Amino acid sequence: MMGSGNQDFDEAQLFASREEMESLILDEPSNGKSFSDYRSAMSSVSVSETHHPLSPPIVGIGDSDDPLLSSPSYNRDHRNPNISENSYLEPPSYADVIFSPFSDKNGEVNGVENPIYDSGKSGVLSRSASSNSEYFKISVSNPVKEQETSNSLVPGGNTYYTYLITTRTNMPEFGGSEFSVRRRFKDVVTLSDRLSESYRGFFIPPRPDKNVVESQVMQKQEFVEQRRVALEKYLSRLAAHPVIKKSEELRVFLQVQGKLPLPTTTDVASRMLDGAVKLPKQLFGESASVVAPHEVVQPAKGGRDLLRIFKELKQSVANDWGGTKPPVVEEDKEFLEKKEKLQDLEQQLSNASQQAESLVKAQQDIGETMGELGLAFIKLTKFETEEAVNNSQRIRAADMKRVATAAVKASRFYRESNAQTVKYLDTLHEYLGLMLAVHSAFSDRSSALLTVQTLLSELSSLHSRAEKLETASSKIFGGDRSRIRKIEELKETIKVTEDAKSCAVREYERIKENNRNELERLDRERRNDFLGMLKGFVINQVGYAEKIANVWANVAEETSGYTKESS
Amino acid sequence: MATITTRSLSGSSQSPRSPSAQPFLGITVTDPVKLGNGVQAYISYRVITKTNFPEYQGPEKIVIRRYSDFVWLRDRLFEKYKGIFIPPLPEKSAVEKFRFSSEFIEMRRQALDIFLNRIASHPELRQSEDLRTFLQVDEETMERARSQETGIFKKKPADLMQIFKDVQSKVSDVVLGKEKPLEESSPEYEKLKHYTFELEDHLAEAQKHAFRLVKRHRELGQSLADFGKAIKLLGACEGNSLGKAFSELGSKSETLSIKLQKEAHHLLMKFEEPLKDYVRAVQSIKATMAERANAFKHQCELAETIKLKEINLDKLMLTRSDKVGEAEIEYRELKAEGEEATRRFETIVRLMSEEIVRFQEQKTLDIGIAFHELAKGQAQMANEIADAWRSLIPKLEACSART
Repeated sequence: MMGSGNQDFDEAQLFASREEMESLILDEPSNGKSFSDYRSAMSSVSVSETHHPLSPPIVGIGDSDDPLLSSPSYNRDHRNPNISENSYLEPPSYADVIFSPFSDKNGEVNGVENPIYDSGKSGVLSRSASSNSEYFKISVSNPVKEQETSNSLVPGGNTYYTYLITTRTNMPEFGGSEFSVRRRFKDVVTLSDRLSESYRGFFIPPRPDKNVVESQVMQKQEFVEQRRVALEKYLSRLAAHPVIKKSEELRVFLQVQGKLPLPTTTDVASRMLDGAVKLPKQLFGESASVVAPHEVVQPAKGGRDLLRIFKELKQSVANDWGGTKPPVVEEDKEFLEKKEKLQDLEQQLSNASQQAESLVKAQQDIGETMGELGLAFIKLTKFETEEAVNNSQRIRAADMKRVATAAVKASRFYRESNAQTVKYLDTLHEYLGLMLAVHSAFSDRSSALLTVQTLLSELSSLHSRAEKLETASSKIFGGDRSRIRKIEELKETIKVTEDAKSCAVREYERIKENNRNELERLDRERRNDFLGMLKGFVINQVGYAEKIANVWANVAEETSGYTKESS
Repeated sequence: MATITTRSLSGSSQSPRSPSAQPFLGITVTDPVKLGNGVQAYISYRVITKTNFPEYQGPEKIVIRRYSDFVWLRDRLFEKYKGIFIPPLPEKSAVEKFRFSSEFIEMRRQALDIFLNRIASHPELRQSEDLRTFLQVDEETMERARSQETGIFKKKPADLMQIFKDVQSKVSDVVLGKEKPLEESSPEYEKLKHYTFELEDHLAEAQKHAFRLVKRHRELGQSLADFGKAIKLLGACEGNSLGKAFSELGSKSETLSIKLQKEAHHLLMKFEEPLKDYVRAVQSIKATMAERANAFKHQCELAETIKLKEINLDKLMLTRSDKVGEAEIEYRELKAEGEEATRRFETIVRLMSEEIVRFQEQKTLDIGIAFHELAKGQAQMANEIADAWRSLIPKLEACSART
């Protein structure tokens, strides 16, 4: 049986002094925290876990009487080096130790949890580590304020923060096992933009937001910490993507010291300006009005070629409103079905993610209130004990102490259980974020298609112009020199356009292929991750419910005498 | 149940009691019914009395009573049985919306039932004539009795509290050497007063958290229901075995939501209410303390007056005044009054000391039961939660085995 009388007494003695009791309440970290940003809130709840005043300082893990807890199992850490040793989000959890009875193979339970949590604090969905011995771990730390040195008109000008990015890996591409660089957020934006260009059609993990408003409004410390966490999560997700983890862009970002050697994205205004300068030349035929093959593989939107943008815009309008069907359409039925399904999934994910947040909050609240009730009874116990004049008071005080101790224990269990629940249900949130990447990949596909359609339309109009000229020219005997010249020019243009079209088609097909592979990967991984989430969630709930039941069952047993006494 | 001691009742034993029958008075408050319309609407309760007391009209009697009838009874008992801790009544609820909620009505019904049964098991109070009236007369008679109550006799506990507070402040005056004490200063009684006041504060806090805990159960129940629904929808989206797993989990979550609501209600009725009752009981003690202070003050004042009269009488006797006779009569009357006041005060003191012991024992029992209910309910709920979630594990295992 758990909790011998002595232990209960000792625990109650922990709260003996009045000041201690006051401080117990005051130190409660989650008081008044809003759960709108529950994930960052949760991480701070977990942070305080080891320092929480209700955790008994004497016994590290819990009741040492409990046989199930006598051998804390650290299987997970041994199997997977990706778990950081000082990860306090995953203390030797009751879940690990207590749930061996449930699963026949200890490894099975742990194996379920591994794919999700092997990036330490980040709770990132990772495939790589579980399959082979390859590991790739990125951590972000040590934010430092720095000054913008050049172009600063204002003395003491622009400040920004840099972060230390440490990589530990055994991947051969890196030629090294541990290295660090300093990067700022702008660099991350650059990395993200370059990846979007190079990996069209892939589900690229979305980068953290710029948070312009928050950066002004929030406390600097809080904001920087929030950003640090977000950056770590983002980079870890990149490291977990089977294709992107091997990208040169990522390697360069993680490894090359000094300035990030990736081309930066020019802002929209400058691009438009450049485009506007080029446009008249294009229109008057001085500059190529045909898209060069190397440009065709990029979407029109992010570029400087205004003419191309206009043409594609015209095409898309024609697609939507024109009478005739565009020359090439999205025919892949399977794809269209999947797309619709994913839209539905996204909606349900959003809903479920919201409800998961509410559930976590409700569990947090009940644990908190239970703790407060326990503390109130501890005060009562102390009071009755001090003021006891007759025996019935002492008996009552003893009963109260039992209840108080149980309530405090139960409260702790609720909190611990919740810390785990947050991590499991976070999977919903993760996949919701992934939907952004999916949208992006699908729009890569549709913009590539639009490019193809535009070029095809152009080709057909070029051909018909050429035809008309030829017909007109053939009517004149001996040929029309100016017309013949025009026809030759047109034929040149047609040839270049054909090349561009072939490029565009190839690009489109490539993107389609990427989409397909990624969709497969998404389905596969999602199934695993969701199953893992459900299992983890359920097992966690079972374990803690049993512990809580046990605590109260003992008190019920100890107070069962009263039911027989009452008339 | 406390066995009854000899009761001196003159010539009323018409129905012979068989020597083996234990004296028995059991009361049930049941069947709340809303009567009347609009602002005048109120709840009436059926009060069923089963007894073998000879003073009662018969073995069983059913009457209809409303809350204000109970208040009348409490006030009468408070007047007549000074020194005894009158069982507390549930509060009058001010919030209109809540007044007719089924939960409030149930809480009140339970509290009224406990109120009457406590009176019935108190060796002194159970003999009260007013109790007999309450349990037996028809509604019109009851209404008449209720409205006859005039202000002079009815001092609400709140008024007494004010007197008590005044007396308390006099204590501090004494400490500062300002006034002659009109307050008992026995250290034992001081300790008791201090204990009572502090106890109320501690209990009130515990009760507050208990009430919040009930609310949290309800909130968690609601969250589980919403979460379950959302997960089911997600499952419908996914389809195949994973979808099934989701929808089963969702269903379980919805099932648990119901269990949580059930425990919330159980917690309210069997744990929070007893705590609230405890608080009320302590307040009742404070009211009795105010009565005691009142009686003490009265006794002291009379003693002062008597002393003065004595001095005056001596003076008159010395001067051989013809007012002596009158003064002597007055003096004697006052002395008798003084003795009466002293007797009354001492009765209160005696009764209170018995009552305190009784109170502590009773409370230990009451709260012990409440604790048991709390522990039992929580254990049961936790087990049901564990069972529900556990039942999903084999299915989830099967699902991942298939991957």
